[in-house]
Amino acid sequence: MAKGDLVSGSIWDEYSNNVIKRMDDPLHQGEITEERAKELKSKLIIADFGAESCGDAVRLYWAVNEDTNVIEESKFKSFGCGTAIASSDVMAELCIGKTVDEAVKITNIDVEFALRDNADTPAVPPQKMHCSVMAYDVIKKAAAEYKGVDMESFESEIMVCECARVSLGTIQEVIRINDLTTVEEITDYTKAGAFCKSCIKPGGHEDREWYLVDILKDTRLEMASDKLKNAADASQNGEASFDTMTIVQRIKAVDAVLDTDIRPMLVMDGGNMEIIDIKDNTPHYDIYIRYLGACNGCDSGSTGTLYAIESVLKDKVDENIRILPI
Amino acid sequence: MMEVYLDNNATTMVDPLVFDEMKPFLTNIYGNPNSLHRFGSGTHPKMLEALDYLYDGINANDKDDIIITGNATESNNTVIKGIWIDKILNGDKNHIITTEVEHPAITATLKFLETQGVNVTYLPVNEEGVLEAHTVRAYIKDETALVTVMWANNETGKIFPIEEIGEICKEMNVAFHTDATQAIGKITVDVQKCNVDYLSFSAHKFHGPKGIGGLYVKKGYELSPLFHGGEQMAGKRAGTVDVASMVGMGLAMKLATQKSAIDYEQTVVKGYRDQLETAILEIPETLVIGGKDNRTPNTTLISIRGVEGESMLWDLNQKGIGASTGSACASESLEANPVMNAFGSDSELAHTGVRLSLSRFNTQEEVDYAIEVIKAAVMRLRHISSSYAYAPESHNSQL
Repeated sequence: MAKGDLVSGSIWDEYSNNVIKRMDDPLHQGEITEERAKELKSKLIIADFGAESCGDAVRLYWAVNEDTNVIEESKFKSFGCGTAIASSDVMAELCIGKTVDEAVKITNIDVEFALRDNADTPAVPPQKMHCSVMAYDVIKKAAAEYKGVDMESFESEIMVCECARVSLGTIQEVIRINDLTTVEEITDYTKAGAFCKSCIKPGGHEDREWYLVDILKDTRLEMASDKLKNAADASQNGEASFDTMTIVQRIKAVDAVLDTDIRPMLVMDGGNMEIIDIKDNTPHYDIYIRYLGACNGCDSGSTGTLYAIESVLKDKVDENIRILPI
Repeated sequence: MMEVYLDNNATTMVDPLVFDEMKPFLTNIYGNPNSLHRFGSGTHPKMLEALDYLYDGINANDKDDIIITGNATESNNTVIKGIWIDKILNGDKNHIITTEVEHPAITATLKFLETQGVNVTYLPVNEEGVLEAHTVRAYIKDETALVTVMWANNETGKIFPIEEIGEICKEMNVAFHTDATQAIGKITVDVQKCNVDYLSFSAHKFHGPKGIGGLYVKKGYELSPLFHGGEQMAGKRAGTVDVASMVGMGLAMKLATQKSAIDYEQTVVKGYRDQLETAILEIPETLVIGGKDNRTPNTTLISIRGVEGESMLWDLNQKGIGASTGSACASESLEANPVMNAFGSDSELAHTGVRLSLSRFNTQEEVDYAIEVIKAAVMRLRHISSSYAYAPESHNSQL
């Protein structure tokens, strides 16, 4: 939330003139009948997408020349808000004169771009970006109908955010590479979730198969588990450095050095020591210890012995270690 | 171009008489009512007069309180959270009853209380969109701290059986709150006759200013305040009173609730509403959501098959008419109008609702113009609509 979010209800103010013009007077609104398709020596394709019960539905008509696969005529009918009508109108227009294979490459982003008054200003506010997605979906449906294939075959990747066309793979990758921890960061990096917001979490504009909150959570869990695995592998191969170790590995590493270099001396004097905690206190590692037996109360514990323990650990484990007796 | 405002359930214009009444308190008589000097005490006569009008408007007893608040949302929050603090957090009770079709000022507040462990029952409405009083009786239990039911629905104008529910709550000894925001100035509201313990209202719904409302609290039903601070409103609502708005609300209440005003609503305003409705219903495949019985006289919610609500608003707005739809697809959540869902009405129609809500400031000329514009918009949008689109018999329609 910020200043820009505080006065709501201004969505219509953000429409481009092109959107308004096409809402008021859509140029390609209409139907193609079988008779008309015959006149054009073309095959009539009718594709439906959406549902009135969901608030948005579109029917796309194509007359396709079967020799050249060129879309000779393209019309639409739409049940939806003004942006849905304007998006459908420009979508139908973009199809005209293209082959079916070329038309399938038209994305919702192309539709939105064609609705702009100038290249730099979005044609619709973010929450209306979703309307252009339906225009894109119905093209795939029509192409699938024409080619006799499944419409999913036109999409090779899983699209998490359809408005900005961001795939699952891309989102997982940016989380990993940039060590992202919040959905807002994902949106900043990829634009996923910046428009209709349906893909952020369940309960939005429409139901989705994938949500950013879940992808983030799962990817973070995988990252944590990978980190542990890497630490374990490194330790097994003797390549572990203190800063990449888990807390357990750190305790073990410190204990190992104490066992060989320190404890034998202490035990000879009737004492011992234990590790209480290791705290990451960048740039230092603070190791809290407690003296046991005869060492407990010995003056040297805060001077010579302490210095000896610390210098051995600095030398053999990590130079940033500090020892703090409690 | 003519401009016609048909969205009076969203807000109303300030009556010019009300504005005149407010002006001195925004210019000359600007003292703080709590101050001990003529600048402050100069506000008192009109504030007291405003209280008289407010008490008269809902037939409150002088022993009861009407606390001046910022709006009905604040009034609703004060009751619900006050009940929570005084009756639920102390372990006495843990249950609140409401309906599925309340305004978000009730629903969202109760959803919040649910996160705090309070049990809330959302009673369903019948196919006409009204809660049947006997349902309330069936759900009241020992732990029930409050029943809160709207007096009239904002979307449909449907009037709820407040008197019967008040009777049941009194008999079963449960506190009863009603959000009367959409009722005041449209129908008679009488807290004594209806056994109401708490009642919320908002000035801007009856030709008063925005940013001021009221909460009626029956004697003996006082709650902890939502705002702490100074001793304004006898400590029940701290914060310097917006004197101009309070004075404006008082006069607005008088003008909206006097007998001649209610009569005017029930005859002239209702007449205009009925003309609009009849004209739209002449168009095939249209219907009044919730039916025509027992509604506030100014409201109609009409479903027009094949015409999506927001596109209808667009066309009306292009011709200078302001109306409303509960299903704007601009909202982040593309839920259909909850009222329409609650009715169990045909889901195909859930996004086709257009609400027209009139006021005493509408004229015959405006109604005639609106009818013309609405008919043209339906023609145009149905012409574009996929609901009426051609398909050969061979086409397997998936719409």
